[in-house]
Amino acid sequence: MSADYVLETQNLIKEFKGFTAVDDVSLKIQRGHIHALIGPNGAGKTTVFNLLTKFLTPTSGRILYNGHDITSLQSAAIARKGVVRSFQISAVFPHLSVLENVRIALQRKEGNSFHFWKSEKVLDKLNDRAVELLESVGLGNFAGAKTVDLSYGHKRALEIATTLALEPELMLLDEPTQGMGHEDVDVVADLIKKVSKDRTILMVEHNLHVVSKLADQITVLQRGAILTEGDYETVSADPRVQEAYLGVAVEENGA
Amino acid sequence: MKISKLSIVLLGVALVAPFVMYPVLLMKILCFALFASAFNLLLGFVGLLSFGHAIFLGTGGYVTGYLVMNSGLSPLLGILAGTAAAAALGAVYGKLSVKREGIYFAMVTLALAQLMFFVFLQAPFTGGENGLQGIPRGFLFGFIDLSDNLNMYYFVLAIFLFGFWVINRTIHSPFGQVLKAIRENEPRATSLGYNVNDYKWAAFVISAALSGLAGSTKTLVFQLASLTDVHWHMSGEVVLMTLVGGMGTIFGPLVGAAAIVGLQNFLSGGELGNYVHIIMGLIFIVCVLAFRSGIVGEIQKIVKRNFS
Repeated sequence: MSADYVLETQNLIKEFKGFTAVDDVSLKIQRGHIHALIGPNGAGKTTVFNLLTKFLTPTSGRILYNGHDITSLQSAAIARKGVVRSFQISAVFPHLSVLENVRIALQRKEGNSFHFWKSEKVLDKLNDRAVELLESVGLGNFAGAKTVDLSYGHKRALEIATTLALEPELMLLDEPTQGMGHEDVDVVADLIKKVSKDRTILMVEHNLHVVSKLADQITVLQRGAILTEGDYETVSADPRVQEAYLGVAVEENGA
Repeated sequence: MKISKLSIVLLGVALVAPFVMYPVLLMKILCFALFASAFNLLLGFVGLLSFGHAIFLGTGGYVTGYLVMNSGLSPLLGILAGTAAAAALGAVYGKLSVKREGIYFAMVTLALAQLMFFVFLQAPFTGGENGLQGIPRGFLFGFIDLSDNLNMYYFVLAIFLFGFWVINRTIHSPFGQVLKAIRENEPRATSLGYNVNDYKWAAFVISAALSGLAGSTKTLVFQLASLTDVHWHMSGEVVLMTLVGGMGTIFGPLVGAAAIVGLQNFLSGGELGNYVHIIMGLIFIVCVLAFRSGIVGEIQKIVKRNFS
């Protein structure tokens, strides 16, 4: 049964002092889906991400990945298993070159990351693969550039290329289009669509246009708990969702 | 690693320097340059500010001094033993400190260093307040008399070059790439599957070992191991050298060490001898306020602006 689901959470709870940020969340992420996590600010979306990748430790509940309990694993170990996350603010290495950013991810599987006596030239054999990945996100011409000089949209694309380098089974994207102009939003949305082949994506996203375009399944969070789940039509028709989220969002977009 | 023209020129200068300047001063500069470079590996390339690095310098010095004096170890073996002792201490202290970040890391390293300071103060084999004096320099490979300052100088230069090479190689290695990634964005490095604390720890041990190498060598040069080398003043001085020279640059710590040691030497000989600390403090303030990237860092900026 659980083989259909890449990731499952069972009754996940995270309590901070006097405040329950994530309240009894049981998620099921189906293999091959783009699954969106939406909800108003403070609904606990990012906290859920942090729990899934163990940047925070859950107060109680279980996390299953491919049917195996990964609740007790460390962040880096979860990443090595194939669950790789991005961050709300663009997660790049600003003073490394664009190529080096991707290469850092490729390098891990080489098993030479503690070899301080070797020249970094041994990493050059990864360059072709790195350039390939950069081309797949439209950054082929920027390989030699310093990352800090890239535009915001390009940084997000680089982040996705870096994540792809790990060939993750499950990608967790935290607000991939946040703070972007319209053009960049569409570029990144197309990119997500493109890379979603052969893998599963769980994303936190505020932009409902993007969600409606991409998501196969949507979970709406409110005050840390699941309000409702379903595809875009089902969820957007739910009056509770309209009240809690869509109404507010429409106003915001109109402003 | 590309051997630049600059390195060749510097090497040439280093080879003829003892004929122009007092070799003991030059050796002192080389030892501190190695110490500051080792420290800079942590501060400049991993982003960890250790405030107890003198303990590794001093531990290397005491162990080498004691073994050479009391067990009749040859100078090379003595230095190896001192370096190994500093590395071992670094392995323990690193384990205890790398989990902390920022000011907490600095405080933990300071506290641990103070702990060892009292060991060196109280332990029967360290000579207490007097330290270990009259440590023989001995013979290198059994026949090169190191009590000759010129011989000793080239020995120290060779050690320095070795240590400096190790640091450079580490920075430009696959391992160094991961360190830079951690410095740039630690959560991201974690999310790519790197156990960042393991990498920080390994860098800490390398840095401690090379600081120990510098201390062991310095002990043979001055034939002395004393509390000065394990005191927290010394931990502060290496921060000063690195910042004045340029943190995160290859040659910065070298220039910083030369500037600070040279200045101390110059001042202590003259009428301003009593004001050394005040002058050093002023330099530090000016540096932090006006030349934040240090001497080498500022030069690099100027070169970049005008020639590229």
